[in-house]
Amino acid sequence: MEKKLGVYICKGCGLGEALDIEKLEKKVPPKVKIRKVHPILCSPEGVDLIKNDMENEGVNTVVIAACSRRVLWDVFDFRPAITERVNLREGVVWSHKPREDAMPEEGPQVDEWIQEMAQDYLRMGIAGAEKIEPTEPYKPEEEINKRIMVMGGGVTGLSAALEVAKAGHEAVVIEKETKVGGFATKMRKQTPWAYPYEDLQEPVIEQIVKEAEANPKITIRTETEVARVFGAPGLYDVSFKAPGTESKWDIPAPVEAAEGAEAPPQPPGADEATPDNPANILAKDPEAERFGAIILATGWKPYELKKEAEEPAEAEGEAPKEAEGEAPKEEEPTYEHLGFGAIPDVVTNVAFEEMAGQGKILRLSDGKPAGSVAFVQCPGQGSDADFPYASSITSMVALKQAKYVREDNPDAKAYIFYQHMRTLGQNEYFYKSIQQDEGIFLTKGDVVSVSQNGDGLVLEANDTLLGENIKVAVDMVVLGTGMVPVTRDDPILNLAYRQGPGFKDLDLFDGYADSNFICFPYETRRTGIYVAGCVHRALGIQECREDATGAALKAIQCLESANRGVAVHPRSWDMTFPDFFFQRCTQCKRCTEECPFGALDDDEKGTPLTNPTRCRRCGICMGACPERIVNFSDYSIDSIGSMVKAIDVPEDDEEKLRVLILACENDAYPALDICGLNRLSYNAHVRIIPVRCLGSVNVVWIKDALSKGMDGILMVGCKFGDDYQCHFIKGSELADIRMDKIGEALVSLALEKERVQQIQIAIDEYDKLPGMIAEFMEVIHGVGPNPFKGF
Amino acid sequence: MTEEQRAEDPIKTGSILVVGGGISGLTAALEAAEVGYEVFLVEKEPSLGGRVAQLRYYFPKLCPPTCGLEINFRRIKENPKIHYFTLAEVQSVSGSPGSYDVTVKLNPRYVNEKCTCCGECEKACMAKIPNAFNFDMDSTKGAYLPHEMAFPMRYVISPKILGTDDAKRCVEACQYDAIDLEMQPKTMNLKVGAVIFATGWKPYDASKIDNLGFQYRNVVTNMMMERLAAPNGPTSGKISRPSDNMGISRIAFVQCAGSRDENHLPYCSYICCMASLKQATYVREQYPEAQIYIFYIDIRAPGQRYEKFYKKIKEDENIFLIKGKVAEVQEDPSSRNITVVAENAVTGEKIQETVDMAVLATGMVPTTADTKLPGDVRCDPDGFVVSDLAQGGVFATGCAAKPLDVTSSNQHATGVALKAIQTLVSR
Repeated sequence: MEKKLGVYICKGCGLGEALDIEKLEKKVPPKVKIRKVHPILCSPEGVDLIKNDMENEGVNTVVIAACSRRVLWDVFDFRPAITERVNLREGVVWSHKPREDAMPEEGPQVDEWIQEMAQDYLRMGIAGAEKIEPTEPYKPEEEINKRIMVMGGGVTGLSAALEVAKAGHEAVVIEKETKVGGFATKMRKQTPWAYPYEDLQEPVIEQIVKEAEANPKITIRTETEVARVFGAPGLYDVSFKAPGTESKWDIPAPVEAAEGAEAPPQPPGADEATPDNPANILAKDPEAERFGAIILATGWKPYELKKEAEEPAEAEGEAPKEAEGEAPKEEEPTYEHLGFGAIPDVVTNVAFEEMAGQGKILRLSDGKPAGSVAFVQCPGQGSDADFPYASSITSMVALKQAKYVREDNPDAKAYIFYQHMRTLGQNEYFYKSIQQDEGIFLTKGDVVSVSQNGDGLVLEANDTLLGENIKVAVDMVVLGTGMVPVTRDDPILNLAYRQGPGFKDLDLFDGYADSNFICFPYETRRTGIYVAGCVHRALGIQECREDATGAALKAIQCLESANRGVAVHPRSWDMTFPDFFFQRCTQCKRCTEECPFGALDDDEKGTPLTNPTRCRRCGICMGACPERIVNFSDYSIDSIGSMVKAIDVPEDDEEKLRVLILACENDAYPALDICGLNRLSYNAHVRIIPVRCLGSVNVVWIKDALSKGMDGILMVGCKFGDDYQCHFIKGSELADIRMDKIGEALVSLALEKERVQQIQIAIDEYDKLPGMIAEFMEVIHGVGPNPFKGF
Repeated sequence: MTEEQRAEDPIKTGSILVVGGGISGLTAALEAAEVGYEVFLVEKEPSLGGRVAQLRYYFPKLCPPTCGLEINFRRIKENPKIHYFTLAEVQSVSGSPGSYDVTVKLNPRYVNEKCTCCGECEKACMAKIPNAFNFDMDSTKGAYLPHEMAFPMRYVISPKILGTDDAKRCVEACQYDAIDLEMQPKTMNLKVGAVIFATGWKPYDASKIDNLGFQYRNVVTNMMMERLAAPNGPTSGKISRPSDNMGISRIAFVQCAGSRDENHLPYCSYICCMASLKQATYVREQYPEAQIYIFYIDIRAPGQRYEKFYKKIKEDENIFLIKGKVAEVQEDPSSRNITVVAENAVTGEKIQETVDMAVLATGMVPTTADTKLPGDVRCDPDGFVVSDLAQGGVFATGCAAKPLDVTSSNQHATGVALKAIQTLVSR
């Protein structure tokens, strides 16, 4: 497209007073013929002025020097024309108080520093706009497949399939057992989910199974497992196998990279593998079935009490200290005091449910009906924490199971020992109804021991509502163990992805496939794959059904987005995608390794293989590439580099040092805008460029800035660490690692490594920004001007 | 298109109406629009974001809600399928699944689309009005921006200054002809296929809880505490005693203030335990030595991630978790110190702690508890909206449906977006 630029400068909102607009206009390069100043550019007259030039003068690239791109975007929406906003208002005039003692003796009363800032931004905006290309959405050559594979045939999986089908799509449910329904089929009753929340309900699973089996859009495959998922959203090729068997299409186990090594996990034999050799993850099974998106609903497994000793601590609070000294923990059955394993009538809530589902509640020791049952929610020993992986579900289950005891025998008694009864929301009503039952005794209490006494059991507890130290004789004890997400121990997905077969870094969430984002519970690091049910969080049956509906929407949304050629969250509706210039690729694999979404694979030589429908358009690959071969149409090495080069760096003015700020557009840039809105002033010698993510910052921009003579570079981005706020998961963290390396390079050039720094900021910490910038300027003044200035 | 342009030209069919622009409504609207459906999002306040915009942080991550809102607002900007209206109220909904006639009243903002947000009207206006966003703990001018992250970023003229000299001063101060005091309410008719009510919640009125002393200046609610801790709040984020702005050395949190109480809200409000644990971190951040007392019945940390957060809080030696329901809150009139009286749930022993201030963990009341929604909508006795999933067409999500936290609300809202889409697909 031949570009025709129009530059429009606004004089409103104080711009006309704080800036010498006439002088500013003269800074527009002569080649740009259309340049106009308007008193209020966002007024209907101002907008008409621009539209008129678009119609009559052929302007197709509009540079608007006015306010931030975050505001009045709907007024200045000239799509499909390219629009570049030069932020003179929030970024210059509102955020910089003129120095009253520095006003010129004659001419417009304008602070030179502020004027220079505006001039730079205008030049930068024009330079950037010249390098931006119009965007064509990515359309894969093959048709986007709209079938959805649901892994797991329990309540969640079947519900997801039904929701998918009701929205008009086909679903295939994969279940490894001989029949679908999961644990719900073993349950006797369900807790209530509607007002008045009092009576136990018949399980809904039977109805769900029936509906799913009858739905013509749903195919159910039992006794099936996924061996390999190859491809990308809209284009997944899945190989199936019988459970427990080996398939030649099994994903080879990833080889752990050695400490500090950068090589990605490579399967054995993959090096010499050819595309039709299954040992190579790039090999595609000719008999594979195609799907568009995947819902992972493989649920939970009971927390194994005996394994507790191998994985001490976490939810256990302070484990008894003497135990540590006496013997290795592996041999220390932590729940010995509760008699689990030693006494047959001490069972888990899972075993109890299965028994209740099958019929009467009987003691395992002698088969006699249990006339009294104690439910232990918290293993005690000095901590008020429930069993590991417990949740509000375990509280509800104990209440429900106490009711079973009473249903079976009106004379039976049930005791529930808890520390915190977690019946949230309107489930409180269920708790209250249980309290009304005179055969159910609920008490806070620290359970000290469970022991055999004749043919019965004795439970000892301290600090209870029934007394300080009590002993209760019961027939059975039920331990309220938690639900472990299956993703904790098994990648499950078996993705043929270079980054490995499952989701990444789930240990941050104790194995749950949690999104980490409070606002965005379905955010996923594997585009096109959405989790629901108890792999997501511990959820009750009704919540699982709701969660399944949400995951079904996300799966459908992903297909529709892939079909439209746009990105999914958080850059939803973005049509750009990374374009690789492979001729110059050196197979360094950095992009493949660093993409937080595993969007890239690589061939046997290490050349990246793009999967555009997996891509989230963050630009982390662009930031990673030492050869600078990755670019987006509207965001490229050249477009940002040109902006950097457009900054005017004074050569010998020690006062006017120049610092480049690369600011994350998601959080840091809005925070800078708010500084402007609140008229918080920051140093006028910085020049700010918003970036998609700090992870997209390519080192060459820093080199450009330094060789241009700029004195420092400050990267401002999201917080990283376990509670990362980076919307692209790893972007700000990767940038930090790269900056460290840059530091070393700077030293080798006899430049101080302090010149390049990164700070972490949350969007609401705008008030700290002026101080943080001042601090950095101080550092730069300390090290002095860039010695390369003027070269 | 701007809000005004869209109101002139609403799209008529095959669309979804979402009522309420808080986090649940935003989520439902955006998720449906990103599948490709036309969505109308109607919010009665002058800006989107709802209740969460008032929070300093989300638990358990301690991250600011404006971070996610910024992304959501950008999703709105990018997506041609979503049409939002502020200061808008749904007046009637009639019809059947797949085909509803809706009338929406667009209340006057007295500021039109020419507003540049320059702030001159605010400077010119002299009258101050209580700032509801900060629970009246401070005031705004009669011409104001709802808050600094408001979306859309446009000023509002309070109807309270209409007809005064202040209103004239605002008009004169505006160089952009953006203030229109003659603006009248307008009615917009829509035809939609499905309706999602995401009308949210409000804090339970603490003044109804006689024994908890909300009349005392140094007793605040948990939502007020969020504003006190927020950098853009009435104290610029400094947590201090309301009576004298002095620092805090001892503070008490009173859990279940109204919730789990037959005389007030019989249900549990889901979020208050986690909210108080979170607010304990706000206090700790500013007062490393402060003693923090949390009086509770049960700590309801539902699930692994929340349990971990609770565990971390327990490690703080100056946070005292006391199992006991607060019976009474008293004030010493001279020092304005607050004494919290509780009964230990296990031992029955009476506990008293005198503190600088107390925070009542008040619960959530669905907006629909006392405001009837238009159309054929059924509520349970607590006022939560019951969705008829079998019939489809009209749904509720977020805290209009049940007490929920933000993550669960958004999970729910994403699912409900699909239920709405199914209503359209099946017809």
